[in-house]
Amino acid sequence: MSEQYTSPRDQDASAELGEQIRQADAAGSPLRIVGGDTRSFYGRTVEGTPLSLANHRGITHYDPVELIVSVRAGTPLEELEAALDAEGQMLGCEPPRFGETSTVGGMVATGLSGPRRPWSGAVRDFVLGTRVIDRAGRELRFGGEVMKNVAGYDLSRLMVGAQGTLGVVSEVSMKVLPKPAASASLHLDMPLEKALDRLTEWGRQPLPITAAAYLEGALHLRLEGGASSVAATRERLGGDELKDGFWQALRDLRLPFFAGDARPLWRLSLPNHTPPLSLAGDTLFDWAGAQRWLKSDADAEEIRAAASSYGGHATCLGASDARGCPQGVAEPFTPLAPVIAKYHRRLKAELDPNGIFNPGRLYGDC
Amino acid sequence: MNILYDEHLDGAIAPHDKADVLADLSRAIPDLTLLHHEEDLRPFECDGLSVYQVLPMLVALPETLDQVETLLRRCHALGVPVVTRGAGTGLSGGALPLEQGVLLVMSRFKRILEVDPEARVARVQPGVRNLAISEAAAPHGLYYAPDPSSQIACSIGGNVAENAGGVHCLKYGLTVHNVLKIEVITIEGERMTLGAEAFDAPGFDLLALFTGSEGMLGVITEITVKLLPKPETAKVLMASFDDVEKAGRAVGEIIAAGIIPGGLEMMDKLAIRAAEDFVKAGYPVEAEAILLCELDGVEADVADDCETVRRVLETAGATDIQQARDEAERARFWAGRKNAFPAVGRMSPDYYCMDGTIPRRALPSVLKGIARLSEESGLRVANVFHAGDGNMHPLILFDANQPGELELAEEVGGKILELCVEAGGSITGEHGVGREKINQMCAQFQPDEITAFHAVKAAFDEHRLLNPGKNIPTLQRCAEFGAMHVHNNELPHPELPRF
Repeated sequence: MSEQYTSPRDQDASAELGEQIRQADAAGSPLRIVGGDTRSFYGRTVEGTPLSLANHRGITHYDPVELIVSVRAGTPLEELEAALDAEGQMLGCEPPRFGETSTVGGMVATGLSGPRRPWSGAVRDFVLGTRVIDRAGRELRFGGEVMKNVAGYDLSRLMVGAQGTLGVVSEVSMKVLPKPAASASLHLDMPLEKALDRLTEWGRQPLPITAAAYLEGALHLRLEGGASSVAATRERLGGDELKDGFWQALRDLRLPFFAGDARPLWRLSLPNHTPPLSLAGDTLFDWAGAQRWLKSDADAEEIRAAASSYGGHATCLGASDARGCPQGVAEPFTPLAPVIAKYHRRLKAELDPNGIFNPGRLYGDC
Repeated sequence: MNILYDEHLDGAIAPHDKADVLADLSRAIPDLTLLHHEEDLRPFECDGLSVYQVLPMLVALPETLDQVETLLRRCHALGVPVVTRGAGTGLSGGALPLEQGVLLVMSRFKRILEVDPEARVARVQPGVRNLAISEAAAPHGLYYAPDPSSQIACSIGGNVAENAGGVHCLKYGLTVHNVLKIEVITIEGERMTLGAEAFDAPGFDLLALFTGSEGMLGVITEITVKLLPKPETAKVLMASFDDVEKAGRAVGEIIAAGIIPGGLEMMDKLAIRAAEDFVKAGYPVEAEAILLCELDGVEADVADDCETVRRVLETAGATDIQQARDEAERARFWAGRKNAFPAVGRMSPDYYCMDGTIPRRALPSVLKGIARLSEESGLRVANVFHAGDGNMHPLILFDANQPGELELAEEVGGKILELCVEAGGSITGEHGVGREKINQMCAQFQPDEITAFHAVKAAFDEHRLLNPGKNIPTLQRCAEFGAMHVHNNELPHPELPRF
């Protein structure tokens, strides 16, 4: 690899991490896995000795022509994305950062993706391979640095969103994308119902839309692609220019909507074309309506019943000014059907029999 | 080494009396079609990898989910292995039957349950053919993106089990990127829904885990796929090269120009000639290699991209560049590629198709290695690639009626896969491990990784009843196969018996 992607702070701490994990497993002593510690609000609280990946950092391999980057888990997202940007490339899943210390490992662990997700894909869609430290402290490799690989079970994608409960992801290889040649963002004032109808209609057409949100009485759109199509679509849709930084602020939950409110913040994940739900509170629509942020005092059961009646689910992120799931909401994540929960327990028992990896982060038993 | 199930290497299977199993299943599910006469079993003795054949003990052809559920419950109770089969077009022997097992054929589940153009999804049964989904979605201007070459025949259940690819993967992804939700029945007869019509579901991503799991974790009974709007236009450029390496480099340069083509395929001289003889695609038979580059999307952008790619190809040393003038010519250019396998099949009594993937930069060196292996063995090798994503399909030509040629072809194939692994690639990009590449898994993975795979299997199928002997080798097999990584000259797991 060329030196331009290395940094003086790069460090391979896998041996030390492996040793800490091995000892914890031998002692049956739970670990709380931490990168930049910016995502602890997303899930249940873990009681355990911190296992810090912050010193396991650096891009280990990046070849822009291959569209693949491999990077250690403790690498700050900001650093990785700056290196990609310098080559005219990007992470297609547009992962949120909740602070400058947000790491690649946190992105993989939570699996959270940004506004581009419905058009481009989620974190799991771009993960090609992982290195995972198992309970014996061994670094295992799954997948790899190739676009297509169906050898063995897809443990790399299983790790995405598992929040470290099945093993410690120490390195990840991802597919990257060229940045679009042209981009334009606009907002159009229109009522919610009309906006949702429009989005459904446009969803069936090959338009260069890569983000669509509805808030404050306006549909917010990002157009990206070739210069010709972006210009033509911009012309056709009209509307007003959107100010710079809007999509990053939405991605990172930094818009005014997310600030200064005592009501719990919920993330609703719903199928395309789901109508507005009749729930008390304020809603911001992202992903063309498939991801909704809801500030509401409604009961968890009521919110979850509304989401599941359309085939979706709801996650509680806690009060927006004091993140960490609050007041009477026992489970941040939607409880699983009994048979699914059973296989979660079995997987956990097979891969982490002593319960040392972030125990209880997702549910009480895994 | 014999590829058929070997209890010494693959694990013991409790013996069962066929008549007893037949009587038990017939009693439990009176209306289930169960085949048991040899002449009825014969058509099911192999899948698309027809060099390996095994007569199953019984073939079950259920028509209802209750039948599938009860069948699995009974087999679980009896300890009888179950091999699930879709259309039987797989190329890695993933649906190769077991003498001691029931072959569960899902081909009667062939209804398209729902096409929802507003939500842009289709809900289908597993026996629905891949192409039938796009046909059903076409009136709405939508389609299902993954398009394996066998798409007129292969079924979506098999596509999910294998994580099937196709020629448009680089831009539109594999099956795993295009499936939203599956319904599954476990070996214990429990029904589960994995994934959701929403973009994600709570808990572990079991949908991703099941995709490509080759029938080892559960039986897929329903699939909800994503539908995409058809691109406004698609154009194909065909570039000829007098040197394979130049063609290989051109692939990287197209990507470096910031373009992700809808399809980017490469064929070498032998494959070009075979395809041209077969379908008259208009390929340049004197070329050492051709690249087919499809650019799709919005009209104006595609025109711009065609110009860019044309410039890149010229700079890369293409001797000729043609753009398909109309839809008919575009279809003809693709017909040559999509029929490359049968075309090569006409040149030789038998051929053996490999499926390795490599980082694109390794293409020239791996090609040289393949040419060397071809020369050494005396077997011709035609090369067809999904060049954009580094997925190679070398086709090894041989004659199974000549003593020793099948074994020689397998040996060459194994060595090609080892070249791929050495170059940092994988033994299979889209065809699956199945039975065929079970030994090469030992070259790709370390024993500790294989042990982790066994742990996942144990979570879903403790008694190893679903498709035993496929996908993940036992450590005993790896020790015997000899390709197992030996680190510091120490055999891993010295406590294991060596057979």
